[in-house]
Amino acid sequence: MAGFDFSNHNRNAALHAQGVPLPKATSTGTTIVGCLFDGGVVIAADTRATSGPIVADKNCEKLHYIAPQIWCAGAGTAADTEFTTAIISSNLELHSLSTGRKPRVVTCMTLLKQHLFRYQGHIGAYLVVAGVDPTGCHLFTVHAHGSTDKLPYVTMGSGSLAAMSVFETQWKRNMARDDAVKLCADAIQAGIWNDLGSGSNVDVAVITEEKTTLMRNHITPNVRVPKQRNYRFEKGTTAVLNEKVITREEVSKYVTVHELQDDSVTATAETMDVDS
Amino acid sequence: MAAIFSGAPPQSGPGYSFTQTPKAVPSGERQHGFYPYTDNGGSTLGISGADFTILAGDTRSTSGYNINTRYAPKLFKIGGEGPDNKGARIVLSVVGFAADGDALKERLDTIVKMYKYQHGKPMSVTACAQRLSHILYNKRFFPYYVHAILGGLDEEGKGALYSYDPVGSYEREQCRAAGAASSLIMPFLDNQVNFKNMYMPGSGTGHELKAKEAGPLPQDHVEDLVRDAFTSAVERHIEVGDGLQMMIINREGIHETYTALKRD
Repeated sequence: MAGFDFSNHNRNAALHAQGVPLPKATSTGTTIVGCLFDGGVVIAADTRATSGPIVADKNCEKLHYIAPQIWCAGAGTAADTEFTTAIISSNLELHSLSTGRKPRVVTCMTLLKQHLFRYQGHIGAYLVVAGVDPTGCHLFTVHAHGSTDKLPYVTMGSGSLAAMSVFETQWKRNMARDDAVKLCADAIQAGIWNDLGSGSNVDVAVITEEKTTLMRNHITPNVRVPKQRNYRFEKGTTAVLNEKVITREEVSKYVTVHELQDDSVTATAETMDVDS
Repeated sequence: MAAIFSGAPPQSGPGYSFTQTPKAVPSGERQHGFYPYTDNGGSTLGISGADFTILAGDTRSTSGYNINTRYAPKLFKIGGEGPDNKGARIVLSVVGFAADGDALKERLDTIVKMYKYQHGKPMSVTACAQRLSHILYNKRFFPYYVHAILGGLDEEGKGALYSYDPVGSYEREQCRAAGAASSLIMPFLDNQVNFKNMYMPGSGTGHELKAKEAGPLPQDHVEDLVRDAFTSAVERHIEVGDGLQMMIINREGIHETYTALKRD
């Protein structure tokens, strides 16, 4: 079944009337910017995701892929920016397959605004859309209610004022690629330092007629200092109240068991990004 | 033509004072709003040892998603001589609503200084602790919106630490974290200072296992714990950062240090 599932709506409305608060979504209280330059367009974002005053992710990705030459920076509700860009990316690819042409940035922007307008702002996605297509280099902003702007330099998110102050003092017409990257990175840093909703690193994407260059963690000015003490617990520190041994033979009835190369090497299915 | 909503506004952020202008309600009468409290974020913590007490606090002051200043001390010397509190032996840390914190510090400082003029001897930490409780409870129905921690040395020269709720309930403790990141720091302190949830390896099985016993920690060890508590809180709480102010109270007096923290 396509579309959203509203079957819990009446129950949730009743709960809400009884004073049960809405669940808190992860917000990318964010700084995102974009800037046109001679021969292309650059977008940038910080990498902090928050849930209220707590940092939910110190190094999240806010630069979303739409098409090879169209990228999107997202602020607002993390899930909404993630899923709207994914669905529009999918629709745009089908569209370009059926037309046999490269997707255009205006098409992407129109799909986004129509999708968002239909949901009357309930989908909390605030986007900066940038890309290069056969008609040239383009830069737009799309707000959650469906309004759009077409400007040579744009900022969005909680750090938009800090970032815009940089653009309004430093921006020049027809900049070179490296100058535009520097300007965008500086604008993001203004957000990182002065807006509490933004922080950690700077991600940059440069789109030209030839190619797209994604510079993940282009600047990392917030590396954690090493801890003063070592917090490894001695083996046996944690109380064990109950023990049960399950033999290899028993487990292998249900799952495949692989032999480890070395006893000192622990098995890891997937590694997580953690501090040392 | 769009920029009505410039991104994500703070959803359940702290309230602001004096922002509510008189509003007309459906019935037509004007309703006035008065919100005299603001949350200025930040965090403090205190740990007491055998012959010293350490108090610490970050120096950031916030309102909503903005930084008011990167250096607003939350630690204050109480008593001593003159405006610089020369020779003071008591430290007060306050976190919450900064204006109330300042007012509270000013009141306690005056009282402790007056005590010395009237009695010819400095006020003991025990007495000061109880006096502070009374000051807070005196405003039971319009409280000082702060979580206070008072530190010093008791009559026997042992480290003394008292923590308070906004209306004056107080307790002497080994350690206490307060403010925005208290829920992040306090469990760490419980574990590393009072050795909670730790057992002696090989001392038994199941319920026979002996708990690891806590005792006063050496000063350099405690200083390291404080630094680690704050650098970690900065990583995960947006309202904590910029600088770490520490005051170490021992036989010699009060030693103050400042360490930079991340500014993002």
